[in-house]
Amino acid sequence: MQSKKNHRINEIPWDKYMVYIIFMIVFVLFAIFLGGQGFLNSNNLMNILRQTAMISVMAVAATFVMAAGQIDLTVGAVSAMTAMFVSLILASVNSIVLALLSGLGFGCMVGLVNGLMVTKLGLPAFLATMGMMQVVRGGAMWITDTAAVPIDNVLFNTMFGIGNVGGISVLILWTILFYVVGIILFNKTSFGRHTLATGGNEMAAKYSGVNTAKVKIIAFVMSGGFAAFAGIMYAARMQAGRYSYGEGDEMSVIAAVVLGGTSMSGGTGSVVGALFGSILMGMINNALILAGLSSAQQTIVKGLIILFAVAISNVAQKMKKN
Amino acid sequence: MSGYILEMKGIKKSFAVPVLKGVDFPLKQGEVHALVGGNGAGKSTLMKIMTGVYAKDAGDIYVNDAKVEINSTHDAKDNGIAMIFQELSLVSTMTVAENIFLGEEITKAGMRQTAYMNQKASEVLQKLEINVKPQTKVGALSVGMSQMIEIAKAVAKEARILVLDEPTASLSDSETKQLFRMIRDLQAKGVSMVYISHRMNEILEIADSITILRDGGVVHTGETKNMELDDIILHMLGGGESDKKFDWKERAYDKDGKDILKVSNLKVNEKIKDISFSLKKGEILGFAGLMGSGRTEILETLFGIRKKLGGTVRLNGADIEIKSTRQAVKAGLALVPEDRRKQGLVLIHSLKENAILPKVRQMVKSKFLVDEKAANAMVKGNVESLSIVTDSIDKRINLLSGGNQQKVVIAKWLNMKPEIIMLDEPTAGVDIGAKAEIIDLMRMFAEEKKGVLFVSSELTELMAVCDRIIVLYDGKITGEIERKELKAEEDLQYAIQKKS
Repeated sequence: MQSKKNHRINEIPWDKYMVYIIFMIVFVLFAIFLGGQGFLNSNNLMNILRQTAMISVMAVAATFVMAAGQIDLTVGAVSAMTAMFVSLILASVNSIVLALLSGLGFGCMVGLVNGLMVTKLGLPAFLATMGMMQVVRGGAMWITDTAAVPIDNVLFNTMFGIGNVGGISVLILWTILFYVVGIILFNKTSFGRHTLATGGNEMAAKYSGVNTAKVKIIAFVMSGGFAAFAGIMYAARMQAGRYSYGEGDEMSVIAAVVLGGTSMSGGTGSVVGALFGSILMGMINNALILAGLSSAQQTIVKGLIILFAVAISNVAQKMKKN
Repeated sequence: MSGYILEMKGIKKSFAVPVLKGVDFPLKQGEVHALVGGNGAGKSTLMKIMTGVYAKDAGDIYVNDAKVEINSTHDAKDNGIAMIFQELSLVSTMTVAENIFLGEEITKAGMRQTAYMNQKASEVLQKLEINVKPQTKVGALSVGMSQMIEIAKAVAKEARILVLDEPTASLSDSETKQLFRMIRDLQAKGVSMVYISHRMNEILEIADSITILRDGGVVHTGETKNMELDDIILHMLGGGESDKKFDWKERAYDKDGKDILKVSNLKVNEKIKDISFSLKKGEILGFAGLMGSGRTEILETLFGIRKKLGGTVRLNGADIEIKSTRQAVKAGLALVPEDRRKQGLVLIHSLKENAILPKVRQMVKSKFLVDEKAANAMVKGNVESLSIVTDSIDKRINLLSGGNQQKVVIAKWLNMKPEIIMLDEPTAGVDIGAKAEIIDLMRMFAEEKKGVLFVSSELTELMAVCDRIIVLYDGKITGEIERKELKAEEDLQYAIQKKS
């Protein structure tokens, strides 16, 4: 009897649910200890979602990239460059359509270059995107010589940053839209399976007739495009383009995706998990501020929590194997 | 009409040196055609050309008498050709059904029809009598089961020609039987199969015809009906010495001497929990048993890879606790592991780097610099004494043939001058010539009054070299046989099938 019971417990994929368990525990702890400081205030909770919107959106595509066994470090830089493009175009011709097209087009193009470097030149994704990150970030600084570019287009700012629909921030609505698309694409289409197969066993995928190079390229293009959209959200929310947007976001995105149960080596992944990973980090951030920690202390605690969470899900994964 | 479903004519291929020198390979509809040859004879290359992994330099391929160009795995698939790989090509993180339909998902308006695919997969599995749920993750299945899923995958894709590369290498006997049933079944449905194996008995049992390659050319092709083991070996070795080396020679050693190793009540896990045996100086002790009988686990525990949960291990009369592989090596143990490519070698390193790996700490001059001269001399000595075939000791190990790779693994441990060497399936995927050499190495080692633990699924090998054989079943020792008392392989075969 005993062993049967153990068996059943072992069958539960703990690593998959870990993010939700940690999320609940952290939420309850914060609610108890920081309830007095207004943590549970609906404004505060909305604020958490609003602040994490960009990371959340980028994490959708990053889940595909990492499930395919790749990594994309350019996302933060792409969001900054896109914000610069968008603000400059709005300042000169004031066309939202043109601004969006060029911004998203730029992001997709960076993704395409990343994808080609990885698949055609055979560069490791880490190095290819690390170099690309520097190039793009440098470009964002160079284009206006580090000066910020204000955006006066109220419609643009409202649509993508500061507006509300029925009391809910457009940032949250956009996030939801991206997740719906991402979840369907990942869980329901053959592309989702091909992505997992590419990361899980590339040879097997190839011999099954999956064009793994194409899968990787599409994942990188998505990542670039989604990062560009995050840049549009940054620009609209701050009503300006700045080269410094999204600094360090690539790391936050990776942390969110890994917390969400996607393996760094590919083959497993969860888009919903990435959302929870992203919000979890936003929540911790918010709570640390409420608790009155200095930004130096916040950084340390954030780092420790990421290590702790990843270690736990790693242990859970090992438990499953035994 | 030639009557062939597939015909390869005059296939040539070179990688710097010619590997295939104009090979003809005909395959009849509904036959099982064995492809045999030593390592490096060109079997894999020929099959990789047939399945579109490599491009041929010259020659033609006909499918149903029509000339076809096969330039990619995709082209091969379009011609109904599928390869079942030696190294499994399933995605372990995905389910059985997802694997079966990988690359050919059934979608409706872009959405995967999960329920429908699961049902379809279930039908295919049922038809092939594979008892597994389509929703099971492949990572949770045994090797044997995964192999059958792989065949199911090819069948689901309507493959008419299957290439099976060493399909039984990691299967137990009952799994092998199930596989053979499946092969017969597929054959009855008109599927043609190319069967690559080093196991001659299997070939004689399952194959209708046979093609034997040697040095990139065909040396024999015909029906298996009138063939015997000796004929095959003769063709493979080219009329040189036959497999006399597989014959048992009684060896002299002190049967009443001291135990070099004594294991009492060793507990590895809940299944393998009461293992006791001893090993004398100069003795070769074999472990026989089916897949999953616990042979590998016992060796791994002795070597400190797995945690010992109970029992005692005495080495030369003194209790020792081995908690890490480092301690095991220091205590004078060596393990030639089951999976040469994953556990035995650093594939991207050179022969030399691999051969000196455990030894390198001791090979220093001026306190911390590696003594390259001494290392080179030692490795050159290894190459010579083990007759490893390579053009240089700096050659990357993955460019060597399987047999030569295995000899490097053995060399790296011999350099440590161990007291006890444990070998886990050392002859898997190795040609007959190299097998005989590995068996001789074991004998040589034992002659030096050292101890050998030898795990193998090839009963002929156990019969050839062991002084004593311990039989395991499901984690329990079910028998201990003196080699002298064994009359025939059938007796041993019978012993490993028994539950108690």
